[in-house]
Amino acid sequence: MSGHDAATATTTVSISAGASAAAAPEAGEQEVPRGIGASVPAADTRAKSEGTFPYAADLWAEGLLWAAVLRSPHAHARILSIDTSAAAAMPGVRAVVTHADVPGATTHGRRIADRPVFAHDVVRHHGEPIAAVAADHPDTARLAAAAIAVEYELLEAVTDPEQSFGAPALHPDGNLIRHIPLRYGDPEATGEVVVEGLYRIGRQDPAPIGAEAGLAVPRPDGGVEIYTASTDPHLDRDLAAACFGLEPDRVRVVVTGVPGATADREDAAFQLPLGLLALRTGYPVKLAATREESFLGHTHRHPTLLRYRHHADAEGRLVKVEAQILMDAGAYADSSSESLAAAVAFACGPYVVPHAFVEGWAVRTNNPPSGHVRGEGAMQVCAAYEGQMDKLAAALGIDGAELRLRNVLATGDLLPTGQTVTCPAPVAELLRAVRDFELPSLPKDTPEEEWLLPGGPEGAGEPGAVRRGVGYGVGMVHMLGAEGTDEVSTATVKVVDGAATVICAAVDTGQGFSTLARQIVQEVLGVDEVVTAPVDTDQPPAGPAAHGRHTWVSGGAVERAAKMVRTQLLQPMAHKLGMSTELLQIQDGRITSYDGAFSTTVAEAMAGKELWATAQCRPHPTEPLDGDGQGDAFVGLAFCAIRAVVDVDIELGSVRVVELAVAQDVGRILNPRQLEARIEAGVTQGVGAALSENLRSVSGLVRHPDLTGYALPTSLDAPVVRIVKLVEERDVVAPFGAKAASAIPVVTAPAAVASAVRAATGRPVNRLPIRPSAAVATPNS
Amino acid sequence: MTLPASLDEAVAALAAMPAAVPVAGGTDLMASVNAGLLRPAALVGLGRINEIRGWQYQDGHALLGAGLTHARMGRPDFAALIPALAAAARAAGPPQIRNAGTLGGNIATAAPTGDALPVLAALEAVLVIHGPGGSRREIPVSYLLAGREMLRPGELIGFVRVPLLHAPQVFLKATGRTGPGRAVASVGLVLDPARRGVRCAIGAVAPMPLRPLEAEQWVASLIDWDGGRTLAPEALEAFGEYVAAACVPDQGEPVAPGVLHLRRTVAVLARRALGRALSS
Repeated sequence: MSGHDAATATTTVSISAGASAAAAPEAGEQEVPRGIGASVPAADTRAKSEGTFPYAADLWAEGLLWAAVLRSPHAHARILSIDTSAAAAMPGVRAVVTHADVPGATTHGRRIADRPVFAHDVVRHHGEPIAAVAADHPDTARLAAAAIAVEYELLEAVTDPEQSFGAPALHPDGNLIRHIPLRYGDPEATGEVVVEGLYRIGRQDPAPIGAEAGLAVPRPDGGVEIYTASTDPHLDRDLAAACFGLEPDRVRVVVTGVPGATADREDAAFQLPLGLLALRTGYPVKLAATREESFLGHTHRHPTLLRYRHHADAEGRLVKVEAQILMDAGAYADSSSESLAAAVAFACGPYVVPHAFVEGWAVRTNNPPSGHVRGEGAMQVCAAYEGQMDKLAAALGIDGAELRLRNVLATGDLLPTGQTVTCPAPVAELLRAVRDFELPSLPKDTPEEEWLLPGGPEGAGEPGAVRRGVGYGVGMVHMLGAEGTDEVSTATVKVVDGAATVICAAVDTGQGFSTLARQIVQEVLGVDEVVTAPVDTDQPPAGPAAHGRHTWVSGGAVERAAKMVRTQLLQPMAHKLGMSTELLQIQDGRITSYDGAFSTTVAEAMAGKELWATAQCRPHPTEPLDGDGQGDAFVGLAFCAIRAVVDVDIELGSVRVVELAVAQDVGRILNPRQLEARIEAGVTQGVGAALSENLRSVSGLVRHPDLTGYALPTSLDAPVVRIVKLVEERDVVAPFGAKAASAIPVVTAPAAVASAVRAATGRPVNRLPIRPSAAVATPNS
Repeated sequence: MTLPASLDEAVAALAAMPAAVPVAGGTDLMASVNAGLLRPAALVGLGRINEIRGWQYQDGHALLGAGLTHARMGRPDFAALIPALAAAARAAGPPQIRNAGTLGGNIATAAPTGDALPVLAALEAVLVIHGPGGSRREIPVSYLLAGREMLRPGELIGFVRVPLLHAPQVFLKATGRTGPGRAVASVGLVLDPARRGVRCAIGAVAPMPLRPLEAEQWVASLIDWDGGRTLAPEALEAFGEYVAAACVPDQGEPVAPGVLHLRRTVAVLARRALGRALSS
């Protein structure tokens, strides 16, 4: 079948692009960084910077059709009728599919199957898919989708999560997705000082720079192949197969052209219409989302309302924390249950709290859907508990950093979930490092430097109205899936004639997994040339790219497989020498025995050999939180402290983040340059959440779903990031002892920025993003 | 798509294809096309009309070509002539936008947040409109922005006539971020020593730039035009409040916090703009 051949050719394009880029830097004469701890460059850097990297939106197959999705213009409405006849009759239209055309399961979902493939009786959010069209031209497809006549009866949209409890059920499963009451210690305990606060966190969008796109190609055996930038290909395959009414082995998801992801990419709601249309028409079908569709279709960070009461003694030591956390899940459950667990478990932050009473709810509304965005749950509570720490410091007249230091968590302490912190928790060390780091100079001390005022170059800012503030944020995040999620990953390492290939279904979303996998194999086997194979679902599952799990679980699997290959390689030599393989070491491309008597090059030893090994990594199990919010729910924790320095024009309320000093608990540095890049990226995403990123909706309808209306930080908004300290205390249970690095700066930076704006203005700053009106102050305050 | 080389050709092309849409930099138009909001049957590209890409002098005025890009207007030679328009052009977005977006496009799109618009309103600029059959007419920019006059079918903005005032001018805008962003509020303010006038317009707070005429007259009467042209801080403060009260109405009781913040922002911008104009 021509379509099938063409699609195969498409993948070949992406493979060769990746492989050639990987080989190119190693062809040079000079020393190329290799192995663990070196700044090995990513294999696709060159292709991406030269514009030759094939992204999912570049996919093409001979004779392909174009898909378009009809989405709901209403936040909540009953569908009275759907008439596709006009659309189907349009010239060039090959197929129109609706709810009635879904052969298998009509609902799907990441954890709970509560989301219809196509809405049929009710639409529950703006942008929910109702039908899809395949046509021979993208414009025809879009016009046909617009020609589908849907009759709606408008229903009242529930957009205030507080109203969700008493509102009529928005979904057959009810409005409450999860409630976690956490009870820890004595409810009667009280402190000498009590501070209360109400905090609101906005809706951050993951805003992937490459919008969602994919290609589905029907197979001769009645199955379908979906080429897309999935971050969890096996789950996407299982969801798709269930909806198509096919066995999972008839659906193959091929991961290609991921343009970076900070959240779940390529929502299944996007791949399902694609696959259905390919199966229906027998032709390859391509779908490339517009920016507006991308904003409407994918999931966002949970908008959250938090009420806090902190009790402390006269010295500022925490006695009790009471909190209520209400997360707006949107219309469907998605990963809200996990986000809520993180929010409740980390509600008190990285502090020792003897008594804690936290209630958390995730509820349905007709707002845009929420789901996994990195730092989910942890980020929202961090902004709130750090706000409380600032209030407590102000109430007691203690310095903010000092107050935090009196309460910090350390290894061996208990979380309010009753779990003992067994991993390294160098929170005090991190906080001291950022506190003691030299402050950036003031403009008056360095008049020779051009000073960027809040409001930008040549903006409205006036030096006389600018106040500087310094604030702190300390955050924590869990690694890997929590509450009993089976975390497992499988990797294969193949070495043919000294050239190694890693086959593992862990998707490199920009977090650098494929670079790390190459480094691991270089380290263990002493080979130079390592490529990572493209990912598809014919490989064993590796799980989603989230919570730093691929560094840990998939990296662990790669290391084990590489070690098995090492044993296969060394066993015959060791046997010949009459010693065990442990007495042979591989270093700098040479195999040497412990006494130096035997020595050969790796290249020589591997010549003509083909060695394979496959291994799995499964970290120790966790347990769900019980009815009192207690349980060993997390495999590992990571911590970060950030000191923010901001300049605020207190008359206009414009804020510029001057500098963020970051100290992070990283376990072990595997790739210094990649680590720095991850921290800088995370911090910048956090600055966006703190100052400008909020996907606005009015009555459930998204306003300005474009990159002009949704203000991402620009290079002028990105602060100077000073990585003050990277604490390398190895986590003994993690492979290589490394901790997740990407999510924790996102969690902590917004809290630090808010704290600094509080210091500059004297205003409470209890809402993120910080609006200019909340940062206006009178000059004498 | 046709690419005429002169204004007359462009007007003729529009007359020949009434459904065609003129496009200059395309920074607004193409965004609408990409979003599927607009599907022009045909386009008349204005990018090759050299006569509107520069400016010329005309008895105390500058006749600015509608095809001047923001990037061109932002350069020092232009800034020496019309400083506030240059400042607005430099603030109009990232370099990619400034390289493509034009003065005429900014006026024709008439977005409330168009950065050049409050400056043109304060300068009391006049548009020279070219129409079919070689017709010319002139309308004040504020008439077009307020909808008192419309561009008729087949008409194009050819030139913009602005006075050369040889006095300080200021453009300021408040945005949500440090990088380029849409104005929350903006102000264009020019001094006209010959007529002993202060002219000021507030952008982005209403569908068109607003002129606080009474505040202008009041503050102009306080300025010692023959002396140091200075004002007491209290007078600057009062001018800001006066402008803000005129441009941001209450919209019912109690006054919404958003309105109060906007009014404060406008007051600060107007005060700072006049302060900078008088001190430079």
